[in-house]
Amino acid sequence: MNQLIDVKNIALDPDQLVHNDKIATPMYTSSELFEQEQEKIFRNTWVWVAHTSEIPDKGSFKLSKVGREPVIVVRDRKDNIHVMVNRCRHRAATVCEVHKGKTSSFQCPYHGWGYGLDGSLRALPNPEQYGDDFDKSQHGMLKLRVESYQGMIFATFNESVEPLEDFLGAAKKWIDLFMKQGGGYPVKTLGEHQFSVPMNWKVQLENTTDAYHFPIVHKSFLQSLDEEAEKTFTFLDGEGFVEDLGNGHSVMVMIPELVDLEEDLERKIPERFEELAQALRDEGYPEDQVRRIVRAVGGSGFNLNLFPNVACSMAFFRVLTPVAVDKTDIRHIAIGMEGGPDIANRVRLRLHEHFQGPMGFGSPDDAEVWERIQRGVDGGAELPILVNRGIEKEVPGEAGPRGHVSDETGMRAAYAMWKRMMQE
Amino acid sequence: MNTIDNESLLWQVTQFIWHEAAILDAKEYDAWLDLWQPEGLYIIPIEDADDYAAVLNLCYDDDKMRRDRIKRFQDGFSISSAPPAVTVRTLSRFVIDAVDGNTVVVSCAEHLVEDKFGRQRIWAANVRYTLTSTDTGFRLQEKVVRLLNSDGVLNSFSYLF
Repeated sequence: MNQLIDVKNIALDPDQLVHNDKIATPMYTSSELFEQEQEKIFRNTWVWVAHTSEIPDKGSFKLSKVGREPVIVVRDRKDNIHVMVNRCRHRAATVCEVHKGKTSSFQCPYHGWGYGLDGSLRALPNPEQYGDDFDKSQHGMLKLRVESYQGMIFATFNESVEPLEDFLGAAKKWIDLFMKQGGGYPVKTLGEHQFSVPMNWKVQLENTTDAYHFPIVHKSFLQSLDEEAEKTFTFLDGEGFVEDLGNGHSVMVMIPELVDLEEDLERKIPERFEELAQALRDEGYPEDQVRRIVRAVGGSGFNLNLFPNVACSMAFFRVLTPVAVDKTDIRHIAIGMEGGPDIANRVRLRLHEHFQGPMGFGSPDDAEVWERIQRGVDGGAELPILVNRGIEKEVPGEAGPRGHVSDETGMRAAYAMWKRMMQE
Repeated sequence: MNTIDNESLLWQVTQFIWHEAAILDAKEYDAWLDLWQPEGLYIIPIEDADDYAAVLNLCYDDDKMRRDRIKRFQDGFSISSAPPAVTVRTLSRFVIDAVDGNTVVVSCAEHLVEDKFGRQRIWAANVRYTLTSTDTGFRLQEKVVRLLNSDGVLNSFSYLF
């Protein structure tokens, strides 16, 4: 029976906000809760900030966010990666406003304090007024702990958090599988679409593990595919599943035959990739490599949702940045093959443009329903938001509970982690 | 080309671009498709590039993608397009960049206001048209729309620029 929630007395108690099978409306609407989340979640665990291919050379940097906090991700001369808050230690001005590039140092535009690629304070104009005991080594930029796995760089303000690989746990196997879409080449980012949606960040967190919406929201995308591709994306009747991987992570397998892209290379090449296959053969690639590359170009058959801000979604990285309780920025980062055949990477780019981003055949429809959620929760605050689909039929999976591909097992995994972190 | 010819050409391309703007605001997309040469490209880049096919764009539409996109707008199954945002656009600051045989390259500024959900958003872009002069008037050969902040955070669009 669907119970109403007494939101007047709910305060901000995680126990009352998150039940296993439902969450309360203030989860999407409470500014106070949003502020707590910044501290207890985004400052407290591993947050994805960049991919190593985005900072390929010594001195390469890019701007990113950890929660709302602006950071610089930079590679120093010894190839070490640093993540530091983009804020001068003197009077707090950002030291960099260029999205990405290459540099030998960062200099604050206000009073000229200069920092090295590792964030250390190197020099400041006229230092004599600070006295003899001013210690430059104590005034470097605020640095975060950094670790990476398979090229995915994560950072955290929490010095005592568990190692990244322990946090990823059972998700690592799926990251390994995801990176097989390099087709034997290293995975490389190829650009990104960025758009802002007036919604709470958790609406987006849920969406990457929500197959239930796909045939409804993406009907117009499905109709733009050829028959064979449309069949591939009609996966709700298939053998797919969604599994809780622990620590809020989950995997949603939509197209089981595309889980391991190095298996079944003998499989028939889909019609929509025939032209690419022939072009690769014409360029002299041997047949087994043609098949490996073509399978890689189609992307992986699953979405891996990593708590709290990044997903490996079929053929791209999806990153969320919480901006306000009702505003979230989304980045869809295209990936391809570093050093791989140009024609294959071009096909990946066109596939990405087809679905993703502000002009895609998919993202605008997602954005519309996400915004409608935020408009809907202005009414009926006592009504619960249901994440109960499939809860009765879950079975034990390899890592945690497993449900049908359209079940809300992944959302329950994320909200269980949310609750754990908010109660710590 | 003498001055009078130049002014005449500027007036002709301006008329064409204003006509295109009017049918896009009216969402008369079948009429818009008819303005195109079949091999034409409609591109909304993210960053400047020598070869837009080699980089990620917001859209890179050949004839098939243009038709698929219009079908998506018209079929009523796309929740972002049913109903779509209402738009009003103006195009101005026309400059003819090049004339070569039947081909004219013209640049201009575009301002577009969209209205949906009781909120309005404003977009600005530099647009470069490559037009081919035919017996029945100009046809679009290439249209490149450089949105302001194209490499930054945008919103989703349920219309064309």
